[in-house]
Amino acid sequence: MIAEHVAFGIIAAVMVASALRVVTTRDIVHAALYLVIVLAGVAALFLLVGAEFTGITQVLIYIGAVIVLFLFGIMLTRTDFDQDTETDHKRKLPAILTALLLLAVMIGALVDRFEDVKLDANLPGGQTPQTTAQVSDKLFSQYIVPFEAVSVLLLAALIGAIVIARREEGG
Amino acid sequence: MYLNEMLLLGAVLFCIGVYGVLARRNGVLVLMSIELILNAVNINLVAFGAFHDTVQGQIFALFVITVAAAEVGIGLAIVLLLYRNRRSIDLDQVDLMKG
Repeated sequence: MIAEHVAFGIIAAVMVASALRVVTTRDIVHAALYLVIVLAGVAALFLLVGAEFTGITQVLIYIGAVIVLFLFGIMLTRTDFDQDTETDHKRKLPAILTALLLLAVMIGALVDRFEDVKLDANLPGGQTPQTTAQVSDKLFSQYIVPFEAVSVLLLAALIGAIVIARREEGG
Repeated sequence: MYLNEMLLLGAVLFCIGVYGVLARRNGVLVLMSIELILNAVNINLVAFGAFHDTVQGQIFALFVITVAAAEVGIGLAIVLLLYRNRRSIDLDQVDLMKG
């Protein structure tokens, strides 16, 4: 029981520190690599609460595909390597205030409503892992229509990305 | 484990992402901040799914992951086009429609 808390605390601390580096570092490649740590932390949390399939998908899609896409984007849009380009706005105060205000509202609401609610409160026998079999049963029966819709969306996004990014002289 | 641990972590990540979207000028960095926001949402979905002992939280998180992947593809294509046309991905310079 206590091990769960310790594991969560370590993962959460690493994730928040890395996320702060993602939005503050001046080197874009470093931001992408810090983002890897955050995404891996999210996957670890999913495994911690027994969501095995989503955790593995997180690693495959985010760390495997999205980060590679980001690194390609950085590589193709690097402007001047010698001149250090400004990555942030000059005045950060409004952004900091907005984020802090939002955080205060959300923390207030969450603490007010979910204070001392155990994650396994609905399960007297403790947390049960939600297996891949259960997820696929639900996904391919009750959620088959959204599943198909999302595959059409992916196809549309694929074609759209090709059309947007292709060079004009080819036709 | 408390439910609030997950939810508060999600809230913190969400706000860090919001700060990134507002404060960054580089198009790719803004997209990365959006990924932070979407991951915060996924943490909440999975946490509530585990809390209610249903797999629906996981299924919605999977849909969010899929849509996020499509979003990154299109977003980076737009940033690439921006770079090709203006030789810069500074979002402050993309103000052609400003009245």
